Amino acid sequence: MKKKKNNNHIIVPQPGPKKFYGQGIPGIKPEELVGSLIVVEGADGSGRSTQIARLVDWLETCGHATVQVGLKRSTLVSEELERAQEGNILSRTTLSLFYATDFADQLENIILPALKAGFIVLADRYIYTLMARDMARGMDEAWLRNVYGIAPVPDAVFYLSVEAEELVQRNLSKNATLDYWESGMDLGLSRDMFDSFLQYQTSMQNAFRQLQKTYGFNIVDGNRSVDAVTQELRKKITAVLAAK
Amino acid sequence: MKTFGESNFPGRLIAVEGLDGSGKSTQIYLLKRWLEAEGVRVYFSEWNSSELVKSATSKGKKRELLSPTTFSLIHATDFADRYERHLLPLLRAGYVVLCDRYIFTAFGRDTVRGCPPAWVRGIYDFAALPDLTFFFKADLEVSLKRILDGRPKLKFFEAGMDLRLSADPYESFRIFQGRILEQYLAMSTEFNFNIIDANQRVEVQQGIVRQLVSQRIDLSRFKRRRPLPPPPAKLRPKIVELEDEPVE
Repeated sequence: MKKKKNNNHIIVPQPGPKKFYGQGIPGIKPEELVGSLIVVEGADGSGRSTQIARLVDWLETCGHATVQVGLKRSTLVSEELERAQEGNILSRTTLSLFYATDFADQLENIILPALKAGFIVLADRYIYTLMARDMARGMDEAWLRNVYGIAPVPDAVFYLSVEAEELVQRNLSKNATLDYWESGMDLGLSRDMFDSFLQYQTSMQNAFRQLQKTYGFNIVDGNRSVDAVTQELRKKITAVLAAK
Repeated sequence: MKTFGESNFPGRLIAVEGLDGSGKSTQIYLLKRWLEAEGVRVYFSEWNSSELVKSATSKGKKRELLSPTTFSLIHATDFADRYERHLLPLLRAGYVVLCDRYIFTAFGRDTVRGCPPAWVRGIYDFAALPDLTFFFKADLEVSLKRILDGRPKLKFFEAGMDLRLSADPYESFRIFQGRILEQYLAMSTEFNFNIIDANQRVEVQQGIVRQLVSQRIDLSRFKRRRPLPPPPAKLRPKIVELEDEPVE
């Protein structure tokens, strides 16, 4: 251990050993995954993307190579998923498995290769959003746990928790409208989009709370200022990278 | 997992499984003809995938983008789509539904590709089991010969080329099919397959199939109250020569 403080000193992350939630991906040994996987979860308007952009900036300045992944970005099915959402034509198991395919494609083609190469992977949402959405639609948690047994356990998961009322304000000031899916309009909770948004986001928060019991992620109060949230994330990530 | 009957569906599902070239499609077609003639409300599921899922699947196959995991998941997506959009309504409406291949095809194929069997079965857990499953068991060589004699152009995934079993597609197909056959045999007891010796004559097999169907499913419950009216003239098929019943 070097004692001397030096601006050029780069910390080599020492993340704990990796494992998969379930049986993982055929042929992938967890010990090959030497990088770190950091997940930021939260609803639209929770400040997720802003925080990830800031984290990438900070991590790269500190000398770490990063890769970003998100949902609905796979080569294989992202285009079709987009179209499926526009038409709302797929039923729930189908849409759920379609999203799982999208996740698996990115997992195998981006996340796992980056982790093998020692990158820090920043995931803008992960399996928990996918599971919470399906749970809010009445799907079985055990079934979802099996499907997502392919996913590696991240080194850290942060859930940016923001009150539904605050989310409405942030979404409206950004887009002037509420998103159909983020309002859970497919569930028929209410014909009124505003009411539906509040009800749906509340049930998503309940689903996340339920998942938190199993997956134990960090709940970060996202109602605070952007800087305050960044400070907390940095502090926690520094601890994760320095070894546990 | 329960069958449709055990899950109190008004309808019943009959599935046929077997290797390509085992003659299962012929048998299920003949079963359909018989059930129709008996006045049973029968529907042969042709597995029309929805446009979206088909588009992703064919892109994945054409560009060889699929791993064992994504191959499995995209086919599960396709199955879920057919199941929710197509099979469930028919079974709720009290039809006898015939399926040329069901979840067991995925169990065998994905397991051979290296996916954990418990994971694959868990994914298909949303689907009820068939009320009757026929497995057409032909000698591997007989099935292979039927398919390969025409020297068809085997597709990459169809031949199991992704498994790197052999650089020759025909050899790869042989090994791949052999492994799938092993998987079928391994699950035949667990899932109550009715094994039909597919080396017998077509008529002999069909006789066994019809007998088993009438023993195991009370067909009188599925009969139409009155025969369907003939379709409007413009929808009637123009060519009738091929029908096996004489006209009038």
